[in-house]
Amino acid sequence: MSILIDNNTKLIVQGITGRDGSFHAQRMKEHGTKVVGGVSPGKGGSQVGDIPVFNTVKEAVKETGANTSVIFVPAPFAQDAMLEAADAGLELVITITEGVPTNDVINSLPVLTKNGTNMIGPNCPGLISPGKSMIGIMPPNIFSEGNVGLISRSGTLTYEVVNHLTKNGLGQTTCIGIGGDPVAGLYFIDLLERFEKDPETKAIVVIGEIGGDAEERAAQFIKDHVTKPVVAFIAGQTAPPGKRMGHAGAIISSGAGTAEEKIAAFEAAGVAVAKEPSEIPGLIKARL
Amino acid sequence: MKIHEYQARELFTKYKIPVNTGRVCYTVEEVAETFDEFNQLVVIKAQVHVGGRGKAGGVKLAATREKAIEAGRNILGMEIKGIKVEKVLVARAADIEKEYYVGLINDRNSKSVVLMVSKEGGVEIEEVAKNTPELIHKFVIDPQLGLQPYQAREAAFKLFDDIKQVRQAADIMVKLYQLYVDTDSTLAEVNPMVLTPDKQVLAIDGKMNFDDNALYRQKEIEEMREVDEDEMKEIEAKSKGFSYVKLDGNIGCMVNGAGLAMATMDMINLYGGEPANFLDIGGSSNPQKVIEAMNLLVSDKNVKAVMINIFGGITRCDDVAKGLIEAMSQIETDVPVVVRLTGTNEVEGREILKGSKFYPAETMSEAARKAIELTQKVHAD
Repeated sequence: MSILIDNNTKLIVQGITGRDGSFHAQRMKEHGTKVVGGVSPGKGGSQVGDIPVFNTVKEAVKETGANTSVIFVPAPFAQDAMLEAADAGLELVITITEGVPTNDVINSLPVLTKNGTNMIGPNCPGLISPGKSMIGIMPPNIFSEGNVGLISRSGTLTYEVVNHLTKNGLGQTTCIGIGGDPVAGLYFIDLLERFEKDPETKAIVVIGEIGGDAEERAAQFIKDHVTKPVVAFIAGQTAPPGKRMGHAGAIISSGAGTAEEKIAAFEAAGVAVAKEPSEIPGLIKARL
Repeated sequence: MKIHEYQARELFTKYKIPVNTGRVCYTVEEVAETFDEFNQLVVIKAQVHVGGRGKAGGVKLAATREKAIEAGRNILGMEIKGIKVEKVLVARAADIEKEYYVGLINDRNSKSVVLMVSKEGGVEIEEVAKNTPELIHKFVIDPQLGLQPYQAREAAFKLFDDIKQVRQAADIMVKLYQLYVDTDSTLAEVNPMVLTPDKQVLAIDGKMNFDDNALYRQKEIEEMREVDEDEMKEIEAKSKGFSYVKLDGNIGCMVNGAGLAMATMDMINLYGGEPANFLDIGGSSNPQKVIEAMNLLVSDKNVKAVMINIFGGITRCDDVAKGLIEAMSQIETDVPVVVRLTGTNEVEGREILKGSKFYPAETMSEAARKAIELTQKVHAD
């Protein structure tokens, strides 16, 4: 099994006629994802490749039976797209868009929750259940099917880690990029809970970074509720305080949110923390 | 984005939050004129984007014109944590009976705006949070309703017993919340909020930060931006699609992706080197971007070697390698460049780099070690 997405995932792409939306819609489809439609107001009735385009998310859902959506619209329109997806009753929304104002996320999340819609992102690379479905902008060829679940605040650092996993014969159930923004949808604890329940996932990798205390909270949750082995990596040990390190959420504020605190919290919870990404496969194998 | 205290106070005034009168001054003459006008005890405060002004001597009281001029002369032009003071706030010093803290932040865990209040005002709230967290009261605000009057009163009752003061403080909180959401703020603090002997509640010092992602719709706020030299470089980099943060080391880093960029800095540090910067050049790595990034890196005179760490995902490593070679042919620099390419078609990519000016590396640790070695070689020469 996998979590969140699998062979039954039917995806629509919001913003499918934009440059990124059209490119990734076709790419996801080529790699086996069931991309059943796209949405672009005013372009309904047209096609991107052989993917039908609709004017509204509701219409797309009605015509295609989609249960998941991925958002590629520009940041000023992301809130509208998230709300439209929730109103259409989608189970899962993945917001790839970078640069969404935090207020817009704070305002949208309660509406999504009320509609039973889960969100991943914004500012995230998406997720992949190798061999089943991929949503977002990750490079699918580095992933492989297997038993490791992965949750990460980063994009390319995730690929770096996955590359090591795959080369060492450790395939993945599902890999999720939860995004680099301070306020986001599903986060470490929500996903650790799902991996713990997933019978196929035998080990979990958590990739965190400076900023906030989500890693510390995850460490406590792991200590209390997770029986599977967890290996962690934290980026940003050399980051100076008060500076945003690329991701909006990656900032050490007034001495809080440092890599040291996060590493200490994981170690105290019995989680192995890798010093560099290449150590991760060995740490997993030693614990399986 | 940060603004100065005097700018935060201007916004407070706009939202009818009571503040003690003050004026920003750029010269000693202006300080003297302002003293003449107020003709009472004034406080003179350096306006810089760093904390610890008081400890550094950047905040002074002055009871006479002579003292005000002396304080103005001392503070204007002084350096606080490496930043030159170019202006001061001169404000009527309020009589203070007691100091309080009121703050609003975007809270990652509740995914909401949170109101925080404390009787421990006038000190660094982070210290209070660390040592006596029970003295800070937090209230989660429903984004759809905003800060309701009853919630503000509940918070104000944590600070005051007298209903008159509770109402004054609650009113400040509701107005501060309105300002906060209207301006896409990420932090708004009144520290201290004070009670005067005649039982007035006033905002004495204010701090506000804003969401960079929302500046496109906050033109008035963006116009308040004042930047120092390092920040200027960061903003310039941002306009090219880069995220750049200058550090003090000598190994320039060029990486695609923020997490991998941080991990690259950490790796250099792990092997005993010092990164010169954080630089995320974003998703693609077309030659033009690499040229601009290289120019940015070598403009830092501390940089003795460069480490390029690219994960080729959708853009394949062989294409990245061709781009790097094209870029390098257009840059004139003697700084040695280590390249570590990994991901899709990495073997082909490394093959292309063979025989070029680059020092190729297979793994991150190998690249970091090689870059460190090259900086030492430069020193030896």
